[in-house]
Amino acid sequence: MEPVVSVRGLRKRYGQFEAVAGIDLEIARGEIFAFLGPNGAGKTTTVEILEGFRARTAGEVSVLGVDPAHGDAAWRNRVGAVLQESNAEPGLTVRESLQLYSGYYLEPRDIDETIALVGLQEKADTTGTKLSGGQRRRLDVALALIGDPELIFLDEPTTGFDPSARRTAWHVIDGLRELGKTVFLTTHYMDEAEQLADRIAVIAGGRIVAEGTPGTLGGRNSMAATIRFTLPEGTGADDLPPELRALLAGEDGRVTLTTDTPLVHLHALTGWAIGRGLDLPDLDVRQPTLEEVYLELTEEHA
Amino acid sequence: MIILWLWRRWQRRRAAAAAEPESGAPTEFRPTPAREGPTAAARGPLALVLHQARYDLLGVLRNGQSRFFTLILPILFLVIFCSVFGNGKVHDVKLSTTYVPGISALAVIASSFVNLVISITAQRETGVLKRRRATPVSAWILIAGRTLTAVGMSVVVVAVLLAVGRVAYGVTLPTSTIPGVAFTTVVGSVTFCVLAYALSSAISNEDAAQPMVQAIMLPLYFISGVFIATDVLPGWLHHVAQVFPVEHLSDGLHHAYDPAVHGVGIVWSDIGVLAIWCAIGLAVALVRFSWLPKAAAD
Repeated sequence: MEPVVSVRGLRKRYGQFEAVAGIDLEIARGEIFAFLGPNGAGKTTTVEILEGFRARTAGEVSVLGVDPAHGDAAWRNRVGAVLQESNAEPGLTVRESLQLYSGYYLEPRDIDETIALVGLQEKADTTGTKLSGGQRRRLDVALALIGDPELIFLDEPTTGFDPSARRTAWHVIDGLRELGKTVFLTTHYMDEAEQLADRIAVIAGGRIVAEGTPGTLGGRNSMAATIRFTLPEGTGADDLPPELRALLAGEDGRVTLTTDTPLVHLHALTGWAIGRGLDLPDLDVRQPTLEEVYLELTEEHA
Repeated sequence: MIILWLWRRWQRRRAAAAAEPESGAPTEFRPTPAREGPTAAARGPLALVLHQARYDLLGVLRNGQSRFFTLILPILFLVIFCSVFGNGKVHDVKLSTTYVPGISALAVIASSFVNLVISITAQRETGVLKRRRATPVSAWILIAGRTLTAVGMSVVVVAVLLAVGRVAYGVTLPTSTIPGVAFTTVVGSVTFCVLAYALSSAISNEDAAQPMVQAIMLPLYFISGVFIATDVLPGWLHHVAQVFPVEHLSDGLHHAYDPAVHGVGIVWSDIGVLAIWCAIGLAVALVRFSWLPKAAAD
């Protein structure tokens, strides 16, 4: 099946500065795709080229089979966009804003159903400019959905939200999956990408530095695990068996070992401790978090 | 004093509204519920323009500042000018009769130009237009819808000013020239709307919009017969004023209100100059129309 979004060698230059330095992307129908990167990495530039707001310097772009630089009304009928910054329609309530927008489309969604989808039933008759930040963003999602698009762009949908507003927004975005929409999400929150996305691409310095599912991104699944514990009083790192001493990655009160075979080395550690009658109450073993992977991937471009 | 009192009242109401963010639905100006069946877009461009105008009108009427400057202030000006100078006479015409067309010109410009430049610039800079750009609606539909709103408001305010002048100050309007008043009002309103779109394309941020329009309009009001009759101006200054559209809107309306005039009261030379400005404005507006904030333009 033809991909919903297909990008080859996309570049965007502003004077001397190359904001997007040659990226390739492919997004399948029904996929929730997260474009993850720090501020200034080129996320919004890329998404605005895909939305048809910005011209590109070079590369091939196809969105729903159309070059967005030449997107017409028929194409805009099939694409929805939640912008990073946009005020509410001045003076109009939530329902009136949706009535205005639904008039722009040939076959819009039902207005009340769309209000319910973003959870604004109780605010349906409130003026848009009087909504809280989180509610206003959900109104933006409703406005982007009212035309029943196949593809929806969400540019940093939860930036500046408090934790409960983020949870609500995530719930709304998860709801788009059930509607079968293809979603292109940009974010600089790792947990947001991990929570929502089927697939993540990390962009830094205008280039894609890693791509994968939340579980495999950046080789996360095959990365070294970390074993950490505090040695009891009177015991030093030198007392550890040599095979564990070789793994020593740091000692700052707590000992840190990194290993590709955590099971084997954990067995050696616990055998050694029990043999000496020692307890290791704060022992912990873990895989790197997505956040650690992400920071490592983007660090060199910061 | 009255202006000050109204201003304070407006400020208080605004403060009260801000203190109650959950105050809920505005109950006034509610549109009829969206009807079942084909959407505005499906019913064709004319239906879509009307659809846009309906919601633009709601937005304008619900904005206290817009209401004050487009509806209340012109009436206040008329009351003040007529109360202070109204009983004097120039060429056997009561001065109140010359204030109604002058203030009507001001009212048309307030609805169609001042208010519009400010709101278009604000909507562009705050991303409202950009979000609409992501929908299938086209620029000319938005321009036509907003223009229709301003024309409607202009016609209503001019009618109210005429009624106030007639009832309170005995202003005469020969019935034969009513078409002249209406036609000049509509042509003037359309002209100033497209000029508003043209000018807003040259303003880079919303804070600059208000001082910019006032800097352009205030001197023109004074030399174009809005507040002061043009006969008292030095000849050269009147010639300067005649280059700009304000003088021709004002002159056209003054002519239609002149009791000595017979016929429909349309001054075709004034309409012609307005039409030229309208054509220039439209060309600039369509070529330079921008959906995206200037601040973030590339």
